This record gives sequence, C-alpha cells and structure tokens, in this order.
Amino acid sequence: MEWIFNPWPWYIGGPMIALIMFLLLYFGKSFGMSSNLRTLCTICGAGKSTEFFNFDWKKQQWNLLVSVGAIIGGAIAAQFLTVDASVIIHPDTVAKLQDLSIQSAGTAYMPEELFSLQALTQPKVLLVLSLGGFLVGFGARYAGGCTSGHAISGLSNLQLVSLYAVIGFFVGGLFMNHLLLPYIL
Amino acid sequence: MRQIIFLFIGILFGITMFKSEAASWFRIYEMFQFKSFHMYGIIGSALVIGVLMIQFIKRYKIKSAYGETIVIPDKEKSFSRYAYGGIIFGLGWALAGACPGPMFTLIGAGFYPILVVVFFAVLGTWAYGILAPKLPH
Repeated sequence: MEWIFNPWPWYIGGPMIALIMFLLLYFGKSFGMSSNLRTLCTICGAGKSTEFFNFDWKKQQWNLLVSVGAIIGGAIAAQFLTVDASVIIHPDTVAKLQDLSIQSAGTAYMPEELFSLQALTQPKVLLVLSLGGFLVGFGARYAGGCTSGHAISGLSNLQLVSLYAVIGFFVGGLFMNHLLLPYIL
Repeated sequence: MRQIIFLFIGILFGITMFKSEAASWFRIYEMFQFKSFHMYGIIGSALVIGVLMIQFIKRYKIKSAYGETIVIPDKEKSFSRYAYGGIIFGLGWALAGACPGPMFTLIGAGFYPILVVVFFAVLGTWAYGILAPKLPH
C-alpha cells in the first residue's frame, strides 16, 4: 500500500484515466470536463443572453457530479493519501523557474508565488490566474473540448479534428511557456 | 439516485489527477519544457489503452450498464474552430497550469486561488457563447 502515498508514476496515472473513460462510456456518458463550464454558465442565467446556453442543464447533472467528485477526490488525495506533496521536477526546470522568481519549484505541489492566499494580493498574480482561466474557458468551448474531451476521448476515438485541437493546445502552450511566460512571471 | 455512480467516478478521477501530479502547475510547465516524460507517459498510455478499448467496444458492440449499445458520436468536421480554439486553450493552459478537470481537483486540495481561475474560465466560456456567431468555425 506504500505506493498510494507516494506520487503515482505515469504508468499508473495513464491507465487510471483510461479506466475512468471506460466507466463513463459504460454508464452511457462520455469523458469531457469543460462542458461543465458551459453548464455553470447556464445555471447562472446565460441562457437569457445567448442561444448557446439555452439548454436543459439538468441533462448535464451527471457531469456536475463528476466535478463534485473531482473536488472531493482532490481533498481525499491531499489530506489522507499524501505524505509529501512536493513535485520533483527536473533540476534544469527547477533552476529555470528559480530564475523566473518561482522559488518554490521542486519543494511544493503548486507554486506558492501564484497559488497561495498571500500571492493573491499582487496584481500580476491576479492577471496570471484570471487571464489563464479566461483563455482556458474560451478556448475549450471554441475548440469544442479540452484535454479530456480531445486529447483523451477524441484521439482515442481516432477523430482527426481532435488531433488539430491537440496540436493547437501545444502550439499555444509552447508559445506561452517559452516566449510569453518569461516576461509575465 | 442511480446518478450517484458519477460522484464516485469523479472521486476516482480527482484522486488520480492529484496523485499522478497532472494537476500540478509544475508538471505542466515541465511538459512544455520537454524536460520529463511524465505527462507524455500519462496522456500517451491513457491514449494507447483508450484506442484499444474503443476499437474493442465498437467491434464487439459492447453494451452499457443499461443494456444499450455504446455509441460514441463523431465530432463535427472542421479545421478553424479546432485550430484557433486549441491555440487559445493552450495559451491559457500554460499560463494557469490547469485544465478544466484538475481545476476542480485543486479546489478540493485547498489551493483556493484556483477559484479565480475557475471563475474566469466560466466567464471565458460565457464570452465564447456570446461571440460564437461572429467567430470563424
């Protein structure tokens, strides 16, 4: 049981994701987390402003339950299944991040410079979090899916358009990571 | 109440996202730096198993828990919406370091600033819904 408390290697994480996709298919649904963002818009009344949000959100209740489960699962994993949450990333990456003033690299699960409550008082941090979130939400719906819907579900079903989307994810991601992030952080 | 199964699937998903470190900003940063196989291993192995699984489901017409044949609809054919939407998503993914699944996991794990990310992700989705008729698809 020791392995549960250590970080899970990729060959446990990957097959677990495949298992989750199978369970959702077996229960008549499909794996796609960003749809919940659209459902949340509808619950907040977006259906009045745009046809896109005018649908019966109760049909998406199952997916909201998956999200609530993901919150509970995150709490269980962080509270009871983890001894040391530090993410051991490559030493070169640690050095690079420390150059960008992310000192917590290699010793934390999330950068304290971005994801601690103290950091929230800095305008720069608020910009990173809000702009990042906005682009993720906008892009996921524009592309009709996110990592789960395209990179996992879509590619597993050999959908060519999901390959376009995933290539897009990496074009955007590499551009941000290498060319913009060094100036933003 | 048979929907409760989805809560349990979600819990399993949340635990997996946290423990595999796919929910960590650092892992996403490192992935885009090509400094570790970890994230590629997670997505790649999920994909290899996923491809085999869906081929199996289709070939043997596997039935769901409710006795219906599992049908996986094809995605709408197009190029621009996937390319443009994908690039915009990627910019955000590398900045916030979280995609929509792990966002929920991180709330539970107690990284509360992620709520700002979630709030703006909902806002971004809303903005897309309003602008959609004017965007190339």
